[in-house]
Amino acid sequence: MSLGSVPLKYRISIDRDQCMKCMRCVDNCSYGVFRVEDDKILIDSRKCTACHRCISMCPRDAITLQERPVDYRSHPLWTVEAREDIINQARTGKIILAGMGNALDYPVIFDRLVLDACQVTNPSIDPLREPMELRTYIGKKPSKLDFTKNNADVELKTKLTPNLKLDTPIMIGHMSYGAISLNAQLSLAKAVAKTGTFMGTGEGGMHEAIYPYQDHMIVQIASGRFGVDINYLERGAAIEIKIGQGAKPGIGGHLPGEKVCSDVSCTRMIPLGSDAISPAPHHDIYSIEDLAQLVRGLKEATNWEKPVFVKIAAVHNVAAIAAGIARSSADAVVIDGFRGGTGAAPKVFRDNVGIPIEAAIAAVDQKLNDQGIRNEVSVIASGGIRNSGDLAKSIALGADAVYIGTASLIALGCRVCGNCYRGLCPWGIATQKPELVERIDPEVGAEHVANLIHAWTLELSELMGAAGINSIESLRGNRERLRGYMLDEGLLNVLRVESVGA
Amino acid sequence: MEVEALVIDAKGMHYTPLNRKIREAVASGVKEIILNNVLGQRFICDGLRGDVKITINGVPGGDLGMFMSGPECEIFGDAEHAPGNTMDEGTLVIHGTAGDAVAHSMRGGKVFVEKNIGYRGGIHMKEYQGKHPVLVVGGTSHAFLGEYMAGGLILVLGIGHEAAVRDRGIGSGIHGGEIVIRGDVNEKLLGVGAKKVGFTDEDLERLTPVLNEFCERFGIDPSPFLDTSYSRIIPESSRPFAGNYTWE
Amino acid sequence: MIDRTMARMDGSSIKKALSLMDERGSGEGAGYVAYGIYPDYADCYAIHVFFDNLLEPKSMVDEILQKWGRIVHQEEIPTYEQQDLKKEHIPWRYFFKPYTDLMVGTTNPDDDNVKHLVMTINSSIEGALVFSSGMNLGVFKAAGWPEDVANFYRIEDYRGYIWLAHNRYPTNTSGWWGGAHPFNLLDWSVVHNGEITSYGTNRRYVESNGYKCTMRTDTEVVAYLFDLLGRRHGLPSELIVKALAPPFWDEIDEMPEKQEEFMRVLRLTYGPALMNGPFAIVVATKDGIVGFTDRIKLRPLVVGEHGSRLYLSSEEAAIRTMDPDVENIYMPRAGEPVIGRVLE
Repeated sequence: MSLGSVPLKYRISIDRDQCMKCMRCVDNCSYGVFRVEDDKILIDSRKCTACHRCISMCPRDAITLQERPVDYRSHPLWTVEAREDIINQARTGKIILAGMGNALDYPVIFDRLVLDACQVTNPSIDPLREPMELRTYIGKKPSKLDFTKNNADVELKTKLTPNLKLDTPIMIGHMSYGAISLNAQLSLAKAVAKTGTFMGTGEGGMHEAIYPYQDHMIVQIASGRFGVDINYLERGAAIEIKIGQGAKPGIGGHLPGEKVCSDVSCTRMIPLGSDAISPAPHHDIYSIEDLAQLVRGLKEATNWEKPVFVKIAAVHNVAAIAAGIARSSADAVVIDGFRGGTGAAPKVFRDNVGIPIEAAIAAVDQKLNDQGIRNEVSVIASGGIRNSGDLAKSIALGADAVYIGTASLIALGCRVCGNCYRGLCPWGIATQKPELVERIDPEVGAEHVANLIHAWTLELSELMGAAGINSIESLRGNRERLRGYMLDEGLLNVLRVESVGA
Repeated sequence: MEVEALVIDAKGMHYTPLNRKIREAVASGVKEIILNNVLGQRFICDGLRGDVKITINGVPGGDLGMFMSGPECEIFGDAEHAPGNTMDEGTLVIHGTAGDAVAHSMRGGKVFVEKNIGYRGGIHMKEYQGKHPVLVVGGTSHAFLGEYMAGGLILVLGIGHEAAVRDRGIGSGIHGGEIVIRGDVNEKLLGVGAKKVGFTDEDLERLTPVLNEFCERFGIDPSPFLDTSYSRIIPESSRPFAGNYTWE
Repeated sequence: MIDRTMARMDGSSIKKALSLMDERGSGEGAGYVAYGIYPDYADCYAIHVFFDNLLEPKSMVDEILQKWGRIVHQEEIPTYEQQDLKKEHIPWRYFFKPYTDLMVGTTNPDDDNVKHLVMTINSSIEGALVFSSGMNLGVFKAAGWPEDVANFYRIEDYRGYIWLAHNRYPTNTSGWWGGAHPFNLLDWSVVHNGEITSYGTNRRYVESNGYKCTMRTDTEVVAYLFDLLGRRHGLPSELIVKALAPPFWDEIDEMPEKQEEFMRVLRLTYGPALMNGPFAIVVATKDGIVGFTDRIKLRPLVVGEHGSRLYLSSEEAAIRTMDPDVENIYMPRAGEPVIGRVLE
């Protein structure tokens, strides 16, 4: 018995009157949608991923894309996805993998939070003309100042442990070389160096080409320990232990052998062509005390000169876990919400496991505040931050800074088609094919990413100024400047935010 | 110029000043360091580089030689959890037993344990280019030996014991390297993706230098071990889980 | 105003000065605090309470005070009916000595004991609100115009070496008695002109350190911040002001190395205490007063000096009302503390 084929996801058509047969679509599509026969461009729509590469390169706007050109009988429960997944699994008997972040239609809490602005009782501040301070230090802070007093002379006794100094509270999250191309990583690295901020290496080691930007790199140590040796640890501006990831909490990762080319193999320090398997847990961390050990082990190895962050996926008990992390020598807790992106994750995890970042930030901030240790550790939020509004709201809910991932890739051309796992990214991002990778010019890519960070920074300044705040410290955890719109009481309580009008 | 061995009395000392002293000594050209009265200090030689021999008298704490790259440590006493954790190069010679997760993620160098080790020995060991990590255990190992192994060699001799490994999950998820165990191993003890193959004369020839070095380190006569009464366990595939997934 | 020799002044001149600034208020709240007014009970905490009635709330306050210490003396605070001031509460005062051995894990058990009592009463006893809790000092406030409030308490009958006064134009809460300034906790009293845009952050920080915000207005966090940084962390006034209204980063970056490190560490340690938005604030303790404004000077502050006396006010005219012969009048720099310390 045959299940037959499922309908097309996208239909591509060419307006033949407009088309000038420049063949850019044929050259640009790495999925093989277009081919030329007898001087005619033929189309195989079934291969299309909606990456928009052809559309963006067509000089005549001759290409049209239609999503789901074939209707199913509509049904509120048996969605198209539900039906097609079943057909897929009936055929294969396998776990379904998917790319990018959570694709289910959960309400976005950010879109139900609104920010405040001054009217009369205090003046808004114009950031174009008056000072506006976004400088953010990530790392441990003392609970109180220690000093000696000699008459009028006050001598500082507190010794600050190393902190990262950010010019703007926007960092770029961990995307490894292997998951993304070297040119993509290089673009991001140049951008963070330009904008005075930092980015993560991901669990892929550090390629030589990144060395010039190492002062802006946060080196990751994950369960696979790929690319990790003492040189790598010493190169980083900070070290991040990855426990989990918002797109797939509780499971490890596989970089398929076919993506392990010779350069990736060198950077990760693994054999060519073999799967790079990151186990689900770190096998030297089976408990919170073991985590504290690894934090100290890393600090000890690097002479206590590097801040150490710990990244966890936002899961139900995120607040208590973060409080445990804060009690170790860790300098920052990174919380990755359930909308976090990924190259590939089992779909059932991507869409069903974990909690939204908004609730996670609020819960973590509250727990740390209740325990009197909020200011002693930094909180970095990530997972679905789309614009400066999300950024401002994250900080007002209690984050010190955010990591962006998908947003920075969109600045490099990504159109969120979600086919990263296939290694054919026509934008040269999620691929190791040299002819595709070279589509990114790292100088140009860096400019776009830096533009994005710069624009959000300007907007954040404007939002703060409108709220009468001229220093980022005063926005952090300032729930008074947020109101919930159409959020239920339970969630308002978790967020510690009042309703609009209240 | 010959520099004299540096002797440090580690009694009651915290590991940070201890490591600092070791690092300073190595930087100043000391080639031999003796640590006395070690008890429970973790992270000894953490991230240490250089050509130095360190003798540890006592029982060091966990993560001995973590991220270490080069030195040789000889321990006269037992080691706790994860000696050789993510070690890059160098040697640990342990005159005693060791705890769980020995040689975790070790990428290069050698760890020799005279007696027994705990659970998950050699977990996720991996090799890369010229680096080929080796873990040799004189006594026995508990379950999940060589779990997730991605390269290198684990050798378990079971000296003085009827079976070198009696626990389950040997080589579970193995996708590189080899596990060699003295005597026969019941197939039922093998983990997912591991397979047992015959141990040949060529294998013996290949492993003889390792066997000799281990025996020499602990003053054992190697001749009883130079035969083919071993089980060799290797991956069924370098991509053990690739078949579990389909794409969206 | 302060007399640095601790010579005591009665409340008549500050009453006049405050009345001069009626334009700044709305007749919904005014108040005064004076230091040195209770020499007969100088070693007792003078606890001023607004009672809604003298039945349940008072018996509960009596009970909790007697559990935690000894009431040396108590009485209704004398008040005098004013036509335009509705007596909504009964102001009461206790002179109280806490049992030192009841508070553990602290270096100043008496203060912590009283702080705990204030927080407990204000958050859990309905119909009772402690609005003053320091030694040898007292807050007198109500909803009304400054002269009515002054006459209601006859503040000219009190003699103190430090006086703060405030005239309110409420926005956050309607003119209720508890919302009038000064706000006091233990030795700290605060008057504040402006609105603190960082209130949410500051509030979470003081709450994280065991304070409960019960006055429904932003100013009370200032009292708690001074108590936390000054009393519990031991920072001198200059440093407290530098923590609450720090120099800008570009100024810190330019400082000599040691000073740069000091300011950076101070700013990082007390980031959540940084106060944003427009404010001019004067804080008093028994040792002196300190006045400061926000970092970009959005509210006015004028200083006047005359011999041992130091005056701080929103307007010069108010200072000249108190002291027509005042000598040195100037406007301090934003974020720079103006300090008047009593002479030893």
